[in-house]
Amino acid sequence: MAYSKKVVDKFENTINEPTKYNVGRFDPKEMNVGTGMVGAPACGDVMKLQIKCESKGNTHVIKDVKFKTYGCGSAIASSSELVEMLIGKTLEEAKEIKNIDIVEALELPPIKIHCSVLAEDSIKQAIEDYEQKQ
Amino acid sequence: MTSEINLPIYMDYASTTPVDPRVAKKISDHLTLDGNFGNPASRSHKFGWKAEEAVEEARSHVANLVNCDPREIVWTSGATEADNLAIKGVANFYQKNGKHIITSKIEHKAVLDPCRQLERDGFEVTYLEPNEGGLITPEAVLNAIREDTVLISIMHINNELGTINDLSGIGKIAREKGIFFHVDAAQSTGKIVIDLSSLPVDLMSFSAHKTYGPKGIGALFVRRKPRVRIEAQIHGGGHERGMRSGTLPTHQIVGMGEAFRIAKEEMDDDKIRIQYLHDKFYDSISKIEEIYVNGDIDNKVCNILNISFAYVEGESLIMALKDIAVSSGSACTSASLEPSYVLRALGRKDELASSSIRFSFGRFTTEEDVDYTLTLINHAVDRLRELSPLWEMYLDGIDLDTVDWQTH
Repeated sequence: MAYSKKVVDKFENTINEPTKYNVGRFDPKEMNVGTGMVGAPACGDVMKLQIKCESKGNTHVIKDVKFKTYGCGSAIASSSELVEMLIGKTLEEAKEIKNIDIVEALELPPIKIHCSVLAEDSIKQAIEDYEQKQ
Repeated sequence: MTSEINLPIYMDYASTTPVDPRVAKKISDHLTLDGNFGNPASRSHKFGWKAEEAVEEARSHVANLVNCDPREIVWTSGATEADNLAIKGVANFYQKNGKHIITSKIEHKAVLDPCRQLERDGFEVTYLEPNEGGLITPEAVLNAIREDTVLISIMHINNELGTINDLSGIGKIAREKGIFFHVDAAQSTGKIVIDLSSLPVDLMSFSAHKTYGPKGIGALFVRRKPRVRIEAQIHGGGHERGMRSGTLPTHQIVGMGEAFRIAKEEMDDDKIRIQYLHDKFYDSISKIEEIYVNGDIDNKVCNILNISFAYVEGESLIMALKDIAVSSGSACTSASLEPSYVLRALGRKDELASSSIRFSFGRFTTEEDVDYTLTLINHAVDRLRELSPLWEMYLDGIDLDTVDWQTH
């Protein structure tokens, strides 16, 4: 398979230790939770990302993240990688995360770049949802 | 117990089989100077005569398994070439009678691609839809027949589903209408009885490597009575009565012959054992919630079982099952990112088509292999569903068809 060891490791660690790797969900109705869900079953991947934030000074910081992903191995690895990047970041910093950061971190093959795009879209949507609630 | 297990476990016998050690021995006896290495076409010395004798004995073994005359067997490089030779050979020879061909959407590419080629050459091809059980019915064939239909090509056992088509029913219609009937039987030999003395089939393709023989060798059955004529596709020496030129690969041919001889002898025992493993596997896996068997469970061979695990994506499941060698209905690992065209033809939704796995058992599958595989599947499906937002929605009672998905 064309996958890097990094993708394989990330995938296996995530499915074997879901709690440690932030698999799960928050109540989407909570005011300090932002939810993003992108993709479609027919396309082969759906990512659901939730951020839990608290305000700090004049910004908001991501304190915790939960995610669930339906998709190929690299889609799962991409979301898991993204989640690790998010914790502790301010929303402004989180918005700066681009799909290429995930591509580089996981050494994704060209055919799987769309997985990283989806991950980027999921955080954008989650932030948007959170900001609308504030 | 598990210390006996060799990982990874091979559960992909429908893709190819290991060569039976008895076959391997036979092959190695036909390679070197101290063996039977001659050219079967050499008429002037004993090396040639001995090789020819071995080739003809192998031809008898193949004919014997499917109950036809050895003179009706033409060696090819495999089932793909046999399919090409049958389809293009008949179409080209009889094109003055008509230029319409009937086949199905669930054929192997070795049938579909020659048909596409003939379309480029001015033929018209009807691709029949299977019913929801994955079968091509005689009625569907009958309804597609036209005045100018010259050939019907329908597979015996579908390679992805294991479903068995009604060859007698389809063949009877073909005979009545005077249309040639070709059958791709690459998956059938050693799994199910084929009796060409009574089946109304004009041409049938076989492969050695699906039946514990070597890769690179196959055969085409070309009926003598009533006679079928085909236009050769490979020229150069007029071997195989002009239908397929090229020096006969004695070692591969004796390998196929031995594999088919063993298949005839051991089919009943293999079948009982594999049926037992299949039933055990199926009974256990059917306890998993939201799984779907693809293909009519009551009308299929026991060595192939194709299952969709809803809310789990196929490629990730295969990755999670890295110690088990299986095939996925999702071609996500290849360049196309397309779910299986066979499962789509059954009317399966894309997500179910791409969450499918084909398990196929064989002569060397053990009960321990099956038990271990079951454990791994249960674990992997649990884990991936825990990770799946779709599973979460299903548990929450949300109908996924009503969700406004943000496609990208």
